[in-house]
Amino acid sequence: MSADPVRVRQDPELLRRLLRAKDRMDASSHEEWPVRRLARVSYVSQAHFARSFKEAFGVPPHRYLLTRRIEQATALLRDTELPITDIAFRTGWNSLGTFGRTFRDITGQSPRALRARQKAAQHQLDHVPLCFLRAAQRPDLKIAVSEKRRRESAGKLTPVRSKVPRRTEVP
Amino acid sequence: MSQGVQVVGLYVHDQDEALQFYVEKLGFRVHTDVRNGDYRWLTVQHPEQPSFQLGLFAPGAPVLDAATAQAVREIVAKGAMPPLVFVVDDCRAAYARMRDRGVEFTQEPVERYGSVDAGFRDPSGNGWKMIQARREAGK
Repeated sequence: MSADPVRVRQDPELLRRLLRAKDRMDASSHEEWPVRRLARVSYVSQAHFARSFKEAFGVPPHRYLLTRRIEQATALLRDTELPITDIAFRTGWNSLGTFGRTFRDITGQSPRALRARQKAAQHQLDHVPLCFLRAAQRPDLKIAVSEKRRRESAGKLTPVRSKVPRRTEVP
Repeated sequence: MSQGVQVVGLYVHDQDEALQFYVEKLGFRVHTDVRNGDYRWLTVQHPEQPSFQLGLFAPGAPVLDAATAQAVREIVAKGAMPPLVFVVDDCRAAYARMRDRGVEFTQEPVERYGSVDAGFRDPSGNGWKMIQARREAGK
């Protein structure tokens, strides 16, 4: 394996199977996705899966799942009038507290504040298919949530509001 | 129409596999399939879109060196190629038909503001959105 962190050569057939696991998380991000289940989808061992997934997609599988859940929650906050408790349970959290905390850690604002802001900033984007817009609004989670919390409490990083891109930035 | 886009190509893992997928599972037909040594120019066409060809190209010699071809294969297999959109009259019917033929769907049909979309991948990993456009008044 190369020491270069940017370029690890991977077997395309393996990548295609890893993509299948990623697709399954995309399709059902509210479900539980332990490594055992994902590894089974990709036909690899659990140890191999966790390492290969991170090499392929740049983030560990559970962190990828978190970004998808936050993306789903963000969409429901924006597009529906569902109570925040319902949104938390629908997007895969077992507790409202964990949802609110993780949401704030990742997006820099509370679900309630994000809902208010998004509703105020509705733009016409009729020409971009909604499914792509949604992907463009996916939170960009480059570090672990725990690490983000640690850095914030140490004063090294202020919560970033721009994690959810402004809709006007989508072409 | 005499001007405009005529061919847009996809990179595929295996041209025979891609040909079978696009023709047998999606209902395209072969437009051009010619070989010159290792090189194979393969395009397919949607029956209702005679002015457009979808190219199914294998990354490799003589166009790409081995390392670049490998990189391209990895990118395709990771699903990192750009979005593709397939427009249909009835997304749910197309979904049922294609699923029965063994197409790998990544998303079941979902209705959003009057349009319905589903997602599927070709065997190589290229991701398609299948969209049934909202019917607008006067159209």
